Amino acid sequence: MTDDEELHSVFRALADPTRRFLLDLLFARDGRTLTELESELSMTRFGVMKHLKVLEEAGLVVTRRSGREKLHFLNPVPIRLIHDRWIDKYTERRITTLIDLKNELENPS
Amino acid sequence: MTTATKTTQVYRVYIKATPEAIWQALTDPEWTNRYGYTGYAHYDLRPGGALQVVPNAEFKAQAVQHGVPVPDVVVDGEVIEADPPRKLVTTWRMLMDPALAEEGFTRITYEIEPQQGGGSCSLTLVHELDGAPGVASLVAGEHEEQGAGGGHAWVLSDLKSLLETGSTLAG
Repeated sequence: MTDDEELHSVFRALADPTRRFLLDLLFARDGRTLTELESELSMTRFGVMKHLKVLEEAGLVVTRRSGREKLHFLNPVPIRLIHDRWIDKYTERRITTLIDLKNELENPS
Repeated sequence: MTTATKTTQVYRVYIKATPEAIWQALTDPEWTNRYGYTGYAHYDLRPGGALQVVPNAEFKAQAVQHGVPVPDVVVDGEVIEADPPRKLVTTWRMLMDPALAEEGFTRITYEIEPQQGGGSCSLTLVHELDGAPGVASLVAGEHEEQGAGGGHAWVLSDLKSLLETGSTLAG
C-alpha cells in the first residue's frame, strides 16, 4: 500500500460508528476475543467479524494468538502517524510565517 | 480473560526498509540514539546477554534542567531471544524514576516481517506489562503533556520517519 492508500484505509475504517465503538472498547480494555467484543454489540457475529476485518486491514487492530484464543489489540500507531504528519505540517507553516514576518520587518520595501 | 492479556500492549508499524535496516535501527546504539527518546541501547545479542540504555549528553542536560536526576543507565534488561533480523525478546526495566524501577522487569518482543511484494516490512512491538501499571501508562504515552514523550507509538512513528526519509520528525 502507498502512504495515500494507507491513509485512506484508516479514514475509511474510522468513518463508521460501530468500528469507532469497537476501538473504544479495546481502548478501555485491550486484548479481547471476538466473543467478548460481540457481547457488547447488538449485531451478528459475522457483522462484528466484518468490521474487525476492516479495522485490521487499516492496521488499527492487531490480532495475536494466546493459546487457543485470538485476541484483538488496539494499535495506535496509524493514528499517531496521521497526528505526526499533520502536526508537522502546521509547525512548518508556523515557522514559514515567522520567517516571512522576520523578512518583512527587517527589509521594509 | 487472563490478567496477562489486559496488561499487554501491541504496536505495529509498516516501514519501507529491509529487515536488516530495521534490525540495525533497533539494536545498534548509534541508531537508537537518533530517534524517539534517543540514548545508546547496548545489546549483548545472545540469550542471557545484557541490555543497557545509556543516555546521551543532551538528554542528561535537558533532564538536569528540569530538575530530574538521570542515572548512568536509564533502561536495563536481559536478552531472552535474538534471531536477527526477525525477532528480539528482552526483559525491560525503566530506571529513570525510582517508583517505575520498583515495578521491575517487563518484557518486550520485536518482530520484523517482510511484506508480500517486497520493499516494506511490518515491525510489531509487544510489551508485556504485568505488575507495571506506571510503566504501562508511560509507554502508552499518557504523560506526553508532562514532557515524558509519546511512548511506543511516538517512537515507532519517529523510527519510520528516520528510516524512510533519513530524518526524524523532530529533526
